[in-house]
Amino acid sequence: MRIACPFCGEREVGEFSYLGDASPKRPRYTVDDGSDPAALEEAFYDYVYLRDNVAGTMREYWYHGGGCRSWLIAERDTRTHEFKSVQAASGAGASRAALPGE
Amino acid sequence: MSGYIESQPLGRTSAKDDAAGNTQATGGTQSHRLRAGGLIDRQAPLGFTFDGKAMTGYAGDTLASALVANGVKLVARSFKYHRPRGIMTAGSEEPSALVEMRTGARREPNTRATTQELYDGLVANSQNRWPSLRRDFMAVNSLLSPIFVAGFYYKTFMWPAKFWEKIYEPMIRRAAGLGKSAEQPDPDHYDKAWAHCDVLVVGAGPTGLSAALAAGRTGARVIVVEEDTQLGGRLLGDGGEIDGMQAGEWVRRAETELEALPNVRVMKRTLLFGVYDGGTYGALERVNDHVPVPGPHQVRQRLWRIVARRSVVAAGSIERPIVFPGNDRPGVMMASAVRTYVNRFAALPGRQVALFTNNDDGWRTVEAIRRAGGEVSAVVDSRGQVPVDYQSVVKASGLRVLSGCVSDVKGGVDGVRGVVVTGADGRRQEVAADCLAVSGGWNPNVGLSCFHRGRPAWRDDIAAFVPGDCPPGMRMVGAAEGTFALGECLRDGHAAGVSAAVDCGFAEDAGSAAEAGDEGYAISPLWQVQAKGKAFVDFQHDVTASDVTLAQREGYESVEHLKRYTTLGMATDQGKTSNINGLAIMAATTGRSIPETGTTIYRSPYLPVAIGAFAGHNRDENFHAWRLAPSHYWAAARGAVFVDVGLWKRAQWYPQPGETDWLQSVSREVTTVRNGVGFCDVSTLGKVDVRGADAGTFLDRVYINAFSSLAVGKARYGLMLREDGIVMDDGTTSRLAEDHYFMTTTTAKAGPVMQHLEFCRQVLWPELDVQLSSATDQWAQFSIAGPRTRELLQALCDPAEDLSNEGFPFMGAREVKLRGGIKARLFRISFSGEMAFEISVPARFGNAMAENLMIAGKPFGVVPYGTEALSVMRIEKGHVAGPELNGTTTADDLGLGKMMSKKKDFIGRIMAGREALAAPDRQVVVGIKPLDRHRRLRSGAHVVPKGEKPGPDTDHGYVTSVCFSPTLNQWLGLGLVTRGRERFGEIVRIYDPLRSEDYEAEICSPVFYDPEGVRQRG
Repeated sequence: MRIACPFCGEREVGEFSYLGDASPKRPRYTVDDGSDPAALEEAFYDYVYLRDNVAGTMREYWYHGGGCRSWLIAERDTRTHEFKSVQAASGAGASRAALPGE
Repeated sequence: MSGYIESQPLGRTSAKDDAAGNTQATGGTQSHRLRAGGLIDRQAPLGFTFDGKAMTGYAGDTLASALVANGVKLVARSFKYHRPRGIMTAGSEEPSALVEMRTGARREPNTRATTQELYDGLVANSQNRWPSLRRDFMAVNSLLSPIFVAGFYYKTFMWPAKFWEKIYEPMIRRAAGLGKSAEQPDPDHYDKAWAHCDVLVVGAGPTGLSAALAAGRTGARVIVVEEDTQLGGRLLGDGGEIDGMQAGEWVRRAETELEALPNVRVMKRTLLFGVYDGGTYGALERVNDHVPVPGPHQVRQRLWRIVARRSVVAAGSIERPIVFPGNDRPGVMMASAVRTYVNRFAALPGRQVALFTNNDDGWRTVEAIRRAGGEVSAVVDSRGQVPVDYQSVVKASGLRVLSGCVSDVKGGVDGVRGVVVTGADGRRQEVAADCLAVSGGWNPNVGLSCFHRGRPAWRDDIAAFVPGDCPPGMRMVGAAEGTFALGECLRDGHAAGVSAAVDCGFAEDAGSAAEAGDEGYAISPLWQVQAKGKAFVDFQHDVTASDVTLAQREGYESVEHLKRYTTLGMATDQGKTSNINGLAIMAATTGRSIPETGTTIYRSPYLPVAIGAFAGHNRDENFHAWRLAPSHYWAAARGAVFVDVGLWKRAQWYPQPGETDWLQSVSREVTTVRNGVGFCDVSTLGKVDVRGADAGTFLDRVYINAFSSLAVGKARYGLMLREDGIVMDDGTTSRLAEDHYFMTTTTAKAGPVMQHLEFCRQVLWPELDVQLSSATDQWAQFSIAGPRTRELLQALCDPAEDLSNEGFPFMGAREVKLRGGIKARLFRISFSGEMAFEISVPARFGNAMAENLMIAGKPFGVVPYGTEALSVMRIEKGHVAGPELNGTTTADDLGLGKMMSKKKDFIGRIMAGREALAAPDRQVVVGIKPLDRHRRLRSGAHVVPKGEKPGPDTDHGYVTSVCFSPTLNQWLGLGLVTRGRERFGEIVRIYDPLRSEDYEAEICSPVFYDPEGVRQRG
């Protein structure tokens, strides 16, 4: 399997490590923003543990540790291992919007 | 080399007497060698032995063709019944002729004689027989065959269960099986390599060559892989006419043209064994399997990973046997193999050959045998009529043609004596023959098309499976696609080559396809001859037709169940000659069609590949790359004992003359540090340079404690969690400037922490102005510890540097100048609990720094110490390390809960607050002291309340780290114990069933040494 790193070009999969589903967003909060602690815990629980087991195209994190150390988001078909797109993951992983009720 | 078959000056044909006349009288042992013809070099005779018997062959021979030329029929004993077996095929699909190649450390079992090139001095032995191939004691299994049916092991060795390991399994392993592997390490080298191309052509028969020429002419980068030693494929055995010239001449010209194209690489002796994701293909190049021992600096085999944008797979087809009683006797051979031995190798498999076929192609063997001077005693065609193309031949030559089936084969261990033919009317007659050529039709070699879930499709007209959906970028063509006519193969190959090149953007003129006739191929399927006797489906695993019907009767009707119950197709040949027959019989038994019955999945590797080839150079000391600490060579020169820590080699201790035991050396090192001074290379700790205006904010978010508040010139211990609230790593981080921090991690987690930090920076908080660089390999860092540390450092540093407690307080960090002008970073941090500094210089000074520490420290009795002493001192001091940061512990479990900031978000904060992670009855870090001071404590021992019976309910934790403390003169340990901090002073039972130990110990504070921390601040 080969992954087209947007910075390094097409490289062998052994240079990369896999993290999984790129859709969960880390909830953003500050300690004094008045967030409901239970809701916050629920949001983090979702973020840390809940993942869909997709049969089809999935957006997922890959890390080019054997190359440019970039975190990437690849669209991969989990049934065929076909990569549809690969791009830098910059800024993809934290969001206020993930908090329930917002 | 002599020419191809068409140009052979073959002798007169047909008469039986002439057969002997045409075989060589002067070729030493080669009673069945033809006088002329073939692609062998009669000027290069080669000596070899089979089962100790000396024979000769020629360059260009395979072991199998040399055995044929020597008149050898019996070459093996079968897997289960120890039936005598001969050579069936002339290719890598061979199920029967497996031999043990070479001897000693190079012994290689289950080698197909049909693809082993002959070399001078080759030593091969038959396998799975005792005491000899001719008189095999275990052949008694054949008499017992009624009980050795499918499922025999499952049914017979059920009970008593304890008999399995001691009695049944050793017995079965002795009785059944193939060759023995070498028992010494493989002395040869194996290599791995990458190759890239636009178009990969697999197989260099007429189709593959045509594709390669077409693609190559366009300028596309082409790689051609061919398993054989020569290009040509079936043309080598069958000849023919292409572009008005003899096939051999065409192949030669094609090879010359390909060699002249700089964009084409032809790899012979290279087997394509697998198709992987993204157009990556696995191939095995047998670089030196054809010589006794690889030359100096030569590898035996090379594993290729070929990345190709398009592939044209012209893998050909495999002739399939017919299932009839006696079809496994030595001397029963595939019809195409007979042609190959005669035409390519000038070796006559039999002087009186009978042919049994259900298709037109089999008839081609008649011509080959006759031209070689052999006699065709009869052609048995199950279809009952002579093919149109052969009617005149039959009429002119008086060839005996019988309509019906071969229903039995007469003969013994030395081969076939005759065959019994049963006509459509049931009449039986015997035909004399010393060789039976069989053709049940051709199976396209669809294997490679299936490696990505492709399912073959059935074609009635050729009675065979053809490729279904191929992996992306692959196209199967020629016989592999079910196209058997030569002209069509050439045209299709050319078109596929052009199309693959065009897909890759090459549009140059590809020339035109070579031309040849399109001979017909008619077949009327015949899978099994219904007659009494043992009729084999899978020759290598001894699966018979009755095993298949038995499986069906017992309910194993699905092909996957059939395969597993009977082991059909599960031998080293993976059923290349047997799978289709097996499922055809199953289909007939169940009354379903073959496509309804389906086929099992083909998987890589296509042929067995030695583990050595996959390992390549990654074995023994080269199993992985080593990372050497910056003072490694200095330590090695001092006789340090090294320990493997991940990829690192670390000095474990430094034995001194007279020391006989590791504990003696380690205790001396500890005592010297505690009372004087010592140093240790700690460069293996991960180091990360963190810079930018928001570096402090960034660290606040990844550590549980605050770093933005850290003053410039100070260091702080930090702990980081995973997002699930469990501790990830710890280390000290120093602030070297307002916007510049220098982080250290543990040795083990350096990589994962860097990956985590990059995730945080790039994915979570890209808005922060912060940059990270790994600096682990850039710095040589030494811990210098002990009460005389300052004296040593003063001798090392520029006299202007103030190292006093005021000038360089505990947890200070700053750049200093050494005597001689080199700059260094100095950190006043302590893992040992002693007055200690860590000094950091560019990695290239590592060995020199160690030497200078020795010189500067000599007046103070300095010693180097290793990781063992480091560990002893951290346990005495109660510092946690890997065994405690074990992926299950929280900050509070480690006694560091108070470090968790309540003022900020940080990774893991919310999840760490979950009920179970904050529960009061968690196992937390404590100290453990055996009551008996001389008792050796061991890691892994369980902690059980005194007076309780050990068990899951009473298991209160376990010992994580232990050491012998020379400072306290007893064994000490750290452990994780339920509610441990409330239990200081409690006597518990230490229970270690693995080592049969059971004794008492006291739970105490984990800080055994200098709990007030006076020494490190001194």
